[in-house]
Parts: sequence; C-alpha cells; structure tokens
Amino acid sequence: MTIEELDLIAKQVRAENAKFDYEVNVCMGTGCLSQNSDKLKDALAKTVEDSGKNALIRRTGCMGLCAAGPLVLVDPDEVLYQHVEEGHAQKIVDSLGGKPVAELQCELRDHFDQQVHVVLENSGQIDPERIEDYIAHDGYRALLMAVNDMTPSGVIRQITESGLRGRGGGGYPTGLKWSTVAKAHGETKYVICNGDEGDPGAFMDRSVLESDPQRVIEGMAIAAYAVGANKGYVYVRAEYPLAVSRLQACLRDARRRGLLGSNIGNTPFSFDVEVRLGAGAFVCGEETALIASIEGRRGTPRPRPPYPAVSGLWGKPTLINNVETFANIAPIIRNGGRWFAAMGSERSKGTKVFALTGKIKNTGLVEVPMGIKLREIIEKIGGGVPDGRKFKAVQTGGPSGGCLPESMLDIGVSYDALMAAGSIMGSGGMIVMDDTSCMVNVARFFVEFCMTESCGKCIPCRAGTAQMYTILTKFCTGTGTMADLELLEELCDTVKSASLCGLGQTAPNPVLSTLKYFRNEYIDHIVHKRCTAGVCNMAASTAKPAEEVLA
Amino acid sequence: MSDTAEVKTLVIDGQEVSAVRGQTILEVARENDIQIPTLCHLEGLTDVGACRLCVVEIKGSNKLFPACVTSIYEGMEVSTNSERLQKHRRMILELLFTERNHICSVCVANGHCELQSLAQDLGLTHVRLPYRNPELTIDASHERFTADHNRCILCTRCVRVCAEVEGAHVWDVMGRGINSMIITDLHENWGESTCTRCGKCVQVCPTGALYDKGKIGSDHPKYPDFLPYLNLMREAR
Amino acid sequence: MSKLKLATAWLDGCSGCHMSFLDMDERLLELAEFVDLVYSPLVDLKDFPDQVDITLVEGAVASVDDEAKIKKIRAHTKMLIAIGDCAITGNVPSMRNPIGPEPILDRAYIENATLQPQIPCVVVPKLLKVVRPVHEFVEVDVFLPGCPPSADTFHTALTAIISGEPLDIPALTRFGA
Repeated sequence: MTIEELDLIAKQVRAENAKFDYEVNVCMGTGCLSQNSDKLKDALAKTVEDSGKNALIRRTGCMGLCAAGPLVLVDPDEVLYQHVEEGHAQKIVDSLGGKPVAELQCELRDHFDQQVHVVLENSGQIDPERIEDYIAHDGYRALLMAVNDMTPSGVIRQITESGLRGRGGGGYPTGLKWSTVAKAHGETKYVICNGDEGDPGAFMDRSVLESDPQRVIEGMAIAAYAVGANKGYVYVRAEYPLAVSRLQACLRDARRRGLLGSNIGNTPFSFDVEVRLGAGAFVCGEETALIASIEGRRGTPRPRPPYPAVSGLWGKPTLINNVETFANIAPIIRNGGRWFAAMGSERSKGTKVFALTGKIKNTGLVEVPMGIKLREIIEKIGGGVPDGRKFKAVQTGGPSGGCLPESMLDIGVSYDALMAAGSIMGSGGMIVMDDTSCMVNVARFFVEFCMTESCGKCIPCRAGTAQMYTILTKFCTGTGTMADLELLEELCDTVKSASLCGLGQTAPNPVLSTLKYFRNEYIDHIVHKRCTAGVCNMAASTAKPAEEVLA
Repeated sequence: MSDTAEVKTLVIDGQEVSAVRGQTILEVARENDIQIPTLCHLEGLTDVGACRLCVVEIKGSNKLFPACVTSIYEGMEVSTNSERLQKHRRMILELLFTERNHICSVCVANGHCELQSLAQDLGLTHVRLPYRNPELTIDASHERFTADHNRCILCTRCVRVCAEVEGAHVWDVMGRGINSMIITDLHENWGESTCTRCGKCVQVCPTGALYDKGKIGSDHPKYPDFLPYLNLMREAR
Repeated sequence: MSKLKLATAWLDGCSGCHMSFLDMDERLLELAEFVDLVYSPLVDLKDFPDQVDITLVEGAVASVDDEAKIKKIRAHTKMLIAIGDCAITGNVPSMRNPIGPEPILDRAYIENATLQPQIPCVVVPKLLKVVRPVHEFVEVDVFLPGCPPSADTFHTALTAIISGEPLDIPALTRFGA
C-alpha cells in the first residue's frame, strides 16, 4: 500500500458517496444502541428503499450527545435529530429535500460550537467498521508518511514538539516517553495501548474505540515505527464487547489492506497488533499490573523503577500509552507538531475529551481545547444543572481525582491547574453534582470503589481503604466523632504516601478534596448529626445502645 | 564518570557508607547495622515491595521509597527513621493488627512473631483503628501443618518460597483487596493439594499463620535463615 | 503529701491481670505507702467512688454492664490505665466477634447444659454484639499491654506514674507478653 493507492481508495469512496443525494448518519455507539438505534437504522433503510429516494443510510460511531440519543444526522443539510425512534423513520425520509422535521430537531449551538474535534474528528462521521471510510478521511496517510518520508527520531521530534501529554491521567510527556523507549537497548520491543478504562462515569476510550478504532491502530503503528517495535497489544476491558468486536474487524481489514503486518508501505517496517481482554480489574489500568495481566499472571502492580520503558512486557522495553493518546498521533503527524502545540494552554497542549455525566443537561462526550474554563464546559457545553437545582461540585479524574466547588469553576482545564486545585485531569471523567449530593457520601462512594478494586498486594491500600470506608460509613450513619475525623486524615496521609501504586496513592484524593472544600458537611454529619443534602440516614445516631445489644 | 564506577558512596542517616552498584538501600543499611523494619522481605527470596514498612526518605524527593527494591546511587542521602516514617510504619502495623484476628496470647508464634516484635520495636501499645473481626477459616487438613488465615498478613513469603526455592508453586493468592487470601493449588485443602511437605513455607512465615502441628502453645520458633545458605549451596553445585 | 486514690476494675477478662498485680507481693506494701486502694474486686466496696486518681481496668467491654461501668469509671477517674490485652485489644473475649454472641450463648447454656437448657435473661448481663477494647468507649490515658503484664511491669509502671517519672512502656511489655 502506497499513498497513491490510499488516494485512489479515498477517491472511490467519495465518488460512491457522491452518487447519493442525501446521507443519513445513524449513531450506533453503545448509548444510542441501547435505545435500539440499530432497529432505527433498519427502518430508515427500508423506508428509503420504499420511497425511492436516493439516500445513503450509514452506521456511525458516537456523535457525543448521548443524553439526546438516538441521534440521526442528515447531510448535506447538517440537520441533527434527537430522540429518534423507529416510528420516526417515515417522517425523516419524507423530509429529505424539504423542510426538516421540526419536533425532532436538536438545536444546541452552545454545545457544539465551543468544541474542537481532533480525537473525535471522525466520530459520528464514518462507519467504524469500514476501513475505506477511514481512509477517505485521511486515514493511514500519517502512517505511510512516517514510514516512507520520516526517520523514527523525526517522528519523535514531531510528537515532542506537539507537547502532547499522556491522556490516561498521568500527563507524562508523550515525546519523552517515546524517546526513552526508542533509546532503550533491546532487539524486541512492544507497544501497548491501554484501553482498560475503569473510572466511574468515564467512557472516552470506549467511545473512541467504538467510533474510530482505525485511528488508534494507526497511532500505535506510528509509535511502533518510532520506537522500533514490531508487536503491539491493545488491552481492552471485556465489558466493552462492541469496542472489542469493532477493533477486531478493524485489525482484520488493516491486515488485508497491508496496513498492518510485514513491509508496511513497501518498507522494511513490520508491525502487528493483538487484542487482549481485561477481566474487569480496575488496577489493571496501572501499567505494571496491565503488563502482568497480558503476560498471563495475576494483575498486580510492582514497584517502579525499572519502568516499562526499560523493562516491560516479558522484560523487554515497552511503550504504554492510553487510547486517547494514540488517537492524537495521526493528526499530529499529518499536520505537524506545531499545529497541535498551537492549541491549548501553556503546559497542556491540544484538546481533551471529557465524559460529561451526572446532574447535567447534555450528558455525553465532548472534546474541548485545553485551558477552557470548567464553567464553560459545565454551563455552556453541558447546558448546566437541570431541574432548576443548584450546582454543588464537579468531580474530575475518577476515583483518583477530587471534587471541586463552584468557586473553582473559573480555573482553566489543564494538568497543572487541576492538580493545584486538589484534583487531577485523570482520563477525562467529569461528574457534575447538584445540591442533592452529600459530599461525605460521595467521598464514601469513591473510597468504596477503591476498596473493592484494590489488588490487595500492599497493606496501606488493602487495609487502609477498608478502614477509611469504615470511618466514612460511621459519618454517614451519624456515629462518627471528631476523633474519627482526625484518624481519617492521618490514615489518608499514610495511604497516599506509602501505597505501592497509583491506585492507593490517589485513593484518598476524593476524601482530601471534599475535606478541603466541604469540611462543613463533615462537621454537620459528626457534630450536628445532620445531612443537609438529605442523603444519609442518621437513624443510628439516635438509636439506643440497647438496639446494638443482643436480647 | 562516577556513573560507571562499581563502588558508590552514599549517606544513610548521616553515616557515610560505601556500596556496590546494584545493591538496594536495605542491603547497604543492614551491612552497616542500620535497622530498617521489614515484613515481606526475606533474604533468599525476590522482593515484592508490598509491606511498605521499609519505606525511607531520599533527599530531594518528597516521595517515600521502599528500601528493599530501591537501588542506591552515588551521593544518595537516605533517611530511614524520621518522625514521618515512624508515623507511617505505626499506622501500617495498626492496619495489619485490625485487618484480621491477631490474638497474640493464644498464638503459637507468641514470642517468636515478627509482627508482634515490630509492634514492640515501633512502640505500639494500642491500636486506634476499629478491629474488623472478619470470619476466617483454619485449614488443618494437612497431616503436618496448619494454615490459620486469622493470622496471615499476606506477605506472600510462602508463595515465593514455594515457587522460587521449592519449585512447587503450591501457594498463591486468591481474591482481591481486603478479601485476598493465600490458597494452596486452586483453593483445594492443603492436605489434598500437591504440597511436597517440605515445610519451607512454615519456616518463612513471619507470624503464626502457618505452623507445625507437632508444636504446642507458643513453642514455635521459626528458622528462616536456612534460605540464603540453601541458595548459596545450590549456586555452588 | 496525701495518698493517691487507686481503683482497679474488672470487665470481661480472666482476672489474670489482677493476679499478676497481686504478684507484686511485698512490693504491694511499698505501693501502699503512696496509694489507698479505694475500689477493686479485691476490696468490698460496691459502688465506684468519686474522684479517684488512678484506675486500672482489666478486661474488654463485652456487655451492657461493662459499658455502663467503664463510662462511670471514666467520669470519676483522673487517670485511666488499661491493663492487659483484653482491655487494649479485646484479646480472648473478642474471639467471638467474627461469629457473634448467639453461638457462644448456645454453646454455654443450651448445648452443654444438662439441666434446664435456656439462655438466661436475668442476672447475667446482656452481651454486646461485638466485644471491643476500652478505648473505643472512653478515653484511656495509659496502655499497659501483656497477657497478663508481669508483676515487674506493674511495679515499674506504677512507680513511675506515681512519682511522675518518664515511662517507656514498649521496653517493658508487649501484646501477648
């Protein structure tokens, strides 16, 4: 496969599409599928056939606005319909060439206008299971450019110049990571894509893998070329069956087209990818645990150093990046590192995908330039808190992150700013809470998550999270004391400082950040036995000791 | 270039010491009679850095480093016994005592237990955290040994000695988090497992979790010192 | 200098700590020069007196009576010393915690009773679901672990406390000692 051949395929696809007067794109991401968008697509196809109109009905990946699903986008008029059901098929087909169906139309300028799509540029535009669609959208051009016209160090230079940082949460400079692996000694090296997304409320990686899997594979192949690897693994959770099946279809197509396998682009570069399924352990998102899991061992982390860049999979130098990081690679190579670096803030470049969930109107996936204010994401893009309730906090970064109050909404979204505020960027989960959420209970929820997901290897995390949970439960039932609060803070310090891996080291963050910004709620629970949000049942506080006693 | 030199000098607790490249902080400290508490570490087994008792501070970093797996480097300045470290170590011990049912007075290892001695060494006179009181089993199916999960601290010394030294890999860990448990084979009774009855796991167990049925009361000292010697003899062969 | 008022109390324990206390033998006389024993299982006073200077508590809190007793003791004591592992960790009495009190009562009053097997509802105090150490109910000032702490431990510790000298407890005793 050469660039000319790619162009030829792209041309053919465009010519085929041009035959149609209309393109009707039906979102078939997990969110919309759960509301039968597959049946909707069939109904649309049948109606179009019956009507004799010349329209292409296309399955696409996620369009982002999951709250309004199932979504249908009609081109070339760019009309977006929301909450479309099978029964609406006739109306939509009838409207082709005429006036749009007003009652289904989705008018959310604020939601879409503020976004910048790099990672999601093809999501909702292409059929994720057709490699030709991807190629028609400049797919694999970057890979062929890299292997034909660039040296591995040239590729790394572009990535370094772009200022891209790891999107899995750590924010480690990607270019630096690549160059470390490239410089590591060894004949055999590996590239791993970390798709073990496990944060509650996060679905960025799933959506990217479902909507545009080829882009991730292309990013991995470019990375492999840059660091000198010939073998890659995509580690995906088994809970994402759609992502897995699309990924596998995509690998098959890429191999058939000669974009994976031996002598890619008629060069000596060879690379292939295997899919490995995770068995639902959150800790396997930690890179050393993930490596152990791929090797077929118990998924527990080990102390670093040595880092995977030096000694990773089967002791070989290994590059591990997150799904979203790899999804950024192809556009960077196509447009150059400078183009990417022009977006975003001082030390956080480019864009970031967030999964907006919780008490927010426009639940779904958004991609925004780094540096954008939290307030803009929540109030403009997210449409604010529904039902006239009052905003209370936004949780970023999953169980490792923290809860930020109203007063922190004017900080720009970047690795450093969020860290300074007591939270983290994380992989991009963003849970909005209103005044019906009790922050003590929220902290307890996240600690419970970490407790059940702790691997049990090191003591601070294994037993520490369990004790933290016990103390928080005491607060939530009205039996906690101020001495317990003191003990909790001491416990958080030990778990944070002494745990082996990131899971334990960050497990206290939800507690620490709620203690920082919502300490009064803790005091309310402990001293006044009162939960202002009305979430916690304080019955135990007034219960007579006799109730604890055996008859 | 001092980086390629084999012999390094560093400072531990204000004391200047020399070391060979590749040595860990723990090794160098022990050579120089600087005591760093450990539980999961045992000479002769690979280190896993799991118990976190050996964490130390290194000048220039705010993080804590497990001494058993952290290699030394030239000019390193290590502090092994600061107030902060003692606080964390005591908390870790409290977590261990509350995690399962450690009743010293009725334990076969009373007086020979590494957990018990550490509590005394680190000045732990009581535990502030609430006891969890989990319901755990005792496996007495083996003709020679007993496994009492009430006393297990999941240091995995038994797992490692069985896999690395005996080569049988009968022991392993099951479950996750607070529900983790050591098991024999695929959670078969110890007595019906593929155990070779060598007893190494019993000797390396730091508490009374694994013990010899022939012993009564607290008459159960353990002798894990055979390991380095055994390894040495095997290498020499 | 007037003598300090000393009390000792016995919750859920085997009385071994009191035995060990008595094992101080002739050193008890020495101690008596500085303290008056105002309340103890060893003396015949029924109610806990007011304004006690030092109280030694043996045993874990296992019943409603224990709980009421320790709260009263705390309210009337300047310095509360938990003695022995039962008071400090729950020790042997706490071994019933994982299974709860019902099987214990069944075992004692039904399975092993030859006459009128029944669980008593008067005289025997109601058991708490979970046996817990003293400091989970009230504040404790000094912890003297051991099962039991030795007579020497008692002597060294009490002498130091009475004379206000520094006391290094971990050097004297440990859990299970």
